[in-house]
Amino acid sequence: MTTGLVVERVGPAASVQDLGRPGWLEVGLSRGGAADRSAFIEGLALLDLPLGTAGIEMAELGGRFRFEASMRFALTGAAMRATLDGERLDVGASHFAAAGAVLDVGAAERGVYAYLQVAGGIATPVVSGGRGVHGIGGLGRLLRAGDMVPVAPDPAPDAPPTRLDRQAGTGPVRLMPGPQTGLFARDMLKSFEEAVFVRSPRANRQGVRLDHEGAPFSTRAQLSHASDFIAEGDVQMTGDGTPYVLLAECQTMGGYPRIGTVLPADLPSVAQARAGEELRFRFVSVDEAEAAWQSDEEVLASLKQARTPHTRDPRDVADLLTYDLIGRPPEDVAGD
Amino acid sequence: MTDAPELLPLGPDGLLVRFADQLSEPANRAALAFRADLESTGNPGIAETASSLASVLVKFRPDVIARKALEDELGAMLAERDWLEASLPAGRRLWRVPVAFGDVHGPDLDDAADAAGLAPDAAVEDICAARLRVLALGFSPGQPYLGFLPEHWDIPRQVDVTHEVPRGAVVVAVRQVIPFAHAAPTGWRQIGRTAFRCNDPGLDPSSPLRPGDEMEFLPVEGRTLDRLLDDAPPFGGAERFEIP
Repeated sequence: MTTGLVVERVGPAASVQDLGRPGWLEVGLSRGGAADRSAFIEGLALLDLPLGTAGIEMAELGGRFRFEASMRFALTGAAMRATLDGERLDVGASHFAAAGAVLDVGAAERGVYAYLQVAGGIATPVVSGGRGVHGIGGLGRLLRAGDMVPVAPDPAPDAPPTRLDRQAGTGPVRLMPGPQTGLFARDMLKSFEEAVFVRSPRANRQGVRLDHEGAPFSTRAQLSHASDFIAEGDVQMTGDGTPYVLLAECQTMGGYPRIGTVLPADLPSVAQARAGEELRFRFVSVDEAEAAWQSDEEVLASLKQARTPHTRDPRDVADLLTYDLIGRPPEDVAGD
Repeated sequence: MTDAPELLPLGPDGLLVRFADQLSEPANRAALAFRADLESTGNPGIAETASSLASVLVKFRPDVIARKALEDELGAMLAERDWLEASLPAGRRLWRVPVAFGDVHGPDLDDAADAAGLAPDAAVEDICAARLRVLALGFSPGQPYLGFLPEHWDIPRQVDVTHEVPRGAVVVAVRQVIPFAHAAPTGWRQIGRTAFRCNDPGLDPSSPLRPGDEMEFLPVEGRTLDRLLDDAPPFGGAERFEIP
């Protein structure tokens, strides 16, 4: 039996996402999936969901969603002001919604991509091995007001709410050398590391453009090289020497040279940078990049370890007097 | 073009086996054959492989196999034979595809012809006379890189990725032609448009072309193409033949 989430209002770039569709590079489909995989997996950890589960990605703007049935849900990623039937909710935590409850998610105050996961998982049809919308792959479409998103029932509605305290990445974004790094002269690589970039307003799930003051990043013979494979996280220089960091929905191959590849662990901080925010980069060795690599399974397992019970400050509970405060463990009282 | 194939890192879980960094017909054949052999090894540390114009991408699981061990394994395979002498895969097809050139369907035709040193009419004739091969599928799903046009078509990409082209846009650069599978921004020049769908998630297979397939363009009037776009016949009116 499937229930649902009614989209009453939604931002222009919200979509159903999962962790993407590996295995289609041979026909030219990049993996896709959540723009901030780490925030997405946090939502899975909060609700004890397996890696294949789909959720809703909101970009810059949130939306208003009505729960057709009671269920637990989690909000992770960008800090968007969220309320459930008017009551303020924490991002980075799981919550409980009664049937008919309305979740209101505002614009991002920090970060870009936020995730709404439901405990039963989103149950839209699987197409080419995934549920996520993939724009340049022509798969699915963005969410619209009036959509009814099918959701499987919550397998454990009484499970206590949990939270994860996310430490924001600081310091320069790490990138490793790639097949075309050698096309850039040594002083070009040095000035790339020294540059202070500003995330341009030109950004989407395919990639973000970086602006900087100073000379463009030129290479030898850059307009006539054979097109070759692109990795998620590649920093591509277009013909005029402007860098773009390629994200989840990137093309699978291209001819513009890439100066390097941002490590998967650091790519979320690029995806979450807001227009106007500063970014710096630092090269690391291939060995260092490989040591920092973690499978999705490992990331999920470590996030599950890091979960703590989610308790709310009693001053935030509007109807405190209606709770039975005696004879129940405190977590239970504080659960939404 | 480099002599020996190179093994290069592409992301912490990727290795690129590059047979050439410039366009090269033997390197393309080498990439197709090497990938086919690699797929048949069933290495559990390899997550996925794909071939491009002149290279093979090996996505691996660093928690199962270390990069160095995989490099050794691939190096041994590379040394087994001269991959540049490999033959093309079996089961190839020829596709004859209607394309409207110039005007609204090919806004950059004059510019592209000029870059190739030809008049627009001669440029269309030149492109339709070429028997092109699917060198690789990529950029977006099912989308073929078709080559090779004659050498005067070695025209560079545009400097800026300025415009979005529609699905079916036929674009040209660096001795290659691409019919776009989906609307996307490009730095290549749009000379025509086709109703042939390189990718349709509703079809099985969703991407009809395979690397090694060949393609010829059949010039049609703009209004003929408009009708093909409206009627949407299978393969946009293209004909398909088996290559013996």
